[in-house]
Amino acid sequence: MNPRPSLKERIKIERQSMPEQAASDRQRNFKEVNLGFDERLAMLEAQRCIQCKEAKCIAGCPVLVDIPRFINFVAEGNLAAAAHSLLGDNALPAVTGRVCPQETQCEIECVRGRKGAPVAIGYLERFVADWAYQQPNQAPMETAPPTGRKVIVVGSGPAGLTAAGELVRRGHDVTIYEALHKPGGVLVYGIPEFRLPKKIVHDEVERLKQAGVKIECNVVVGKTYTLPELREHFDAVFIANGAGLPVFMNVPGENLKGVYSANEYLTRVNLMEAFAQSDTPVLIGKRVAVLGGGNVAMDAARTAKRLGAEKSMIVYRRGKAEMPARLEEIHHAEQEGIEFEFLVAPVEVVGTPQRWVSGLKCIRMELGEPDASGRRRPVPIKGSEFVIECDVVVVAIGSRANPLLTSTCPELKLNKWGFIEVDDQGMSNLPGIFAGGDIVRGAATVILAMGDGKRAAHAIDDYLKTK
Amino acid sequence: MHKILRQTQLSPNVIRLDVEASRIARTRQPGQFVIVRKGEGSERIPLTIADARTDEGSISLVIQAAGKSTRELVALQPGQFIQDMVGPLGRATELIAQGCALCVGGGVGTAVVYPIAQGLHRNGVQVISVIGGRSKPWVIFEPELRRLGEVVVCTDDGSYGRHGFVTDAVKDLLSQRKIDVVYVVGPVPMMRAMAELTRPLKVHTIVSLNPIMVDGTGMCGGCRVSVGNETKFACVDGPEFDGHLVDFDLLSDRLSTYRQIEQQVNARHEEACKIGLNR
Repeated sequence: MNPRPSLKERIKIERQSMPEQAASDRQRNFKEVNLGFDERLAMLEAQRCIQCKEAKCIAGCPVLVDIPRFINFVAEGNLAAAAHSLLGDNALPAVTGRVCPQETQCEIECVRGRKGAPVAIGYLERFVADWAYQQPNQAPMETAPPTGRKVIVVGSGPAGLTAAGELVRRGHDVTIYEALHKPGGVLVYGIPEFRLPKKIVHDEVERLKQAGVKIECNVVVGKTYTLPELREHFDAVFIANGAGLPVFMNVPGENLKGVYSANEYLTRVNLMEAFAQSDTPVLIGKRVAVLGGGNVAMDAARTAKRLGAEKSMIVYRRGKAEMPARLEEIHHAEQEGIEFEFLVAPVEVVGTPQRWVSGLKCIRMELGEPDASGRRRPVPIKGSEFVIECDVVVVAIGSRANPLLTSTCPELKLNKWGFIEVDDQGMSNLPGIFAGGDIVRGAATVILAMGDGKRAAHAIDDYLKTK
Repeated sequence: MHKILRQTQLSPNVIRLDVEASRIARTRQPGQFVIVRKGEGSERIPLTIADARTDEGSISLVIQAAGKSTRELVALQPGQFIQDMVGPLGRATELIAQGCALCVGGGVGTAVVYPIAQGLHRNGVQVISVIGGRSKPWVIFEPELRRLGEVVVCTDDGSYGRHGFVTDAVKDLLSQRKIDVVYVVGPVPMMRAMAELTRPLKVHTIVSLNPIMVDGTGMCGGCRVSVGNETKFACVDGPEFDGHLVDFDLLSDRLSTYRQIEQQVNARHEEACKIGLNR
């Protein structure tokens, strides 16, 4: 083990920055933007953690990773112990190390952030997870003796995978039903390769399979099987089938050729690999306008650029400060030459006589009084209409509840938007039926879905013990 | 993996594949479809379930070879596999419980009409089928439909059955008989013509739409169609809609989205075949 520097020395270490692919290179390829720490950088960064007795960072984490513990092992150079510790707390650390908004969760709580920069917890998490998956004789997940209890997980996105991992560790017999042909949910159809390589998702899924999780693709619960059928054959069900239906703008011209939902655009490129000579086509716009200000909008705009767009624009009805996207994503998008039109709302998609998109007619907005979300409400400025010339429009303004599953089980209690109502343990009004992720929250983040998965898995475990 | 059990040529460009899919065979209902993906790198293609056998656990898919992906599917031989198949998707056909129904099929659409006719027949509804094709070899599913009721066959060139389009035959039938509902599946121009024919007569007309789809579960919205000036997703709200409310112009326009790209792919594919790159 390496001799540890003193606290005084450790306080002096500056936050290490993430090595990344140069913006000029990466705006034309789909390779990962962030390159990851090497062992030296990781150990140096890990030294910065002062090992608070009452670590606030843990409470900031939706899946409650014991952050100081794994970081301490990294600082000691004991990567095997770091991996063991991290993987015990988090089923998908290579994913969360890449896509979590650490800046608003664990890192915002870090004491080091009060004076200077917080410890780069996300970068360290990613480093440890990647290291673990590269080990040839990686220790399999430790599982309890079989309980004989059968649990169905609907959906193999972040909530479903997390729940499956937690449940299999407790000895339950877990089967995941996935509607698409590949497991991973939004991690494979939504988040682009350059932000989360599909190999990473594949590795995480393989690890769960080795631990005994069964994954059946091409099963749509609500169609292939109904929820009442599953209740008959399984001891508990965790529904994590995602949010589903994309929201469109409800403006004239939105069905012109060249208007995509972000879900469709990203699915064609990510899941169907339209960028890599697969049989699935996607329209390559010269000028692409992406509507919305969240992470999905950033993903779509950056994807458009990589597909060959000369101009890729974000069109957002509020200002930069109000954008819900992660700072890192906005920053990366800016570096890659994505242009931003703030305080602008679409009023019409305009088209050619052959009904191809030729532009997006917009109106300028100004910020008025705060709305229910606390953000200032954008108000249109009369007479300020103008047209943004473009040939592809991608709509990334959110999604609504998919009724496919819930409509097959009328007894299941939904809220007024069609999302499943659950108690604080994640259980619905039907005993043994739990739910989490976007089908409960509406469009949220990977880590919140994972938090739901972990919490629900614990509740399912308790439920099965009492049953 | 879904094994091909039988491959049958139904017309010069239409193939019937009987494919192992026991779960889907058990639960499918008239009007529903599956999405298939032949293998790695293949497209996801929606195909209506034409028939099913629960005894051997198979479903029948009737495919018209149009682009690269459908040509690859029709080339599959017994013993080979379709890698991915998901379903049954979409809403089941709204079947009437009594009376008389016209089932109108054009080209490959006739295969989609067949399960609807089956369902109606099971309900005790009188079924009259009107099916058409370019010429005799293009007429499909005639014997199957005959088992369910009267069949009027039309060919464009008069080589078999009645000379002319199915619309003419339907027009006559509507004037002679009391028809409660018309189900139409076929090319967009045919469905449009049929809807225009029945609109003034106020005969309820159901059409099955075939827009471009990706996931088939409502997630992507690529299959959006306009019905009664409202945007609907064909995969979850359909694929069948009231023909009098469908915007057929929008449907055929959106179907042409990738035509140019497909032509390029087809040309590349043919070139590769010619020079032997595929061997």
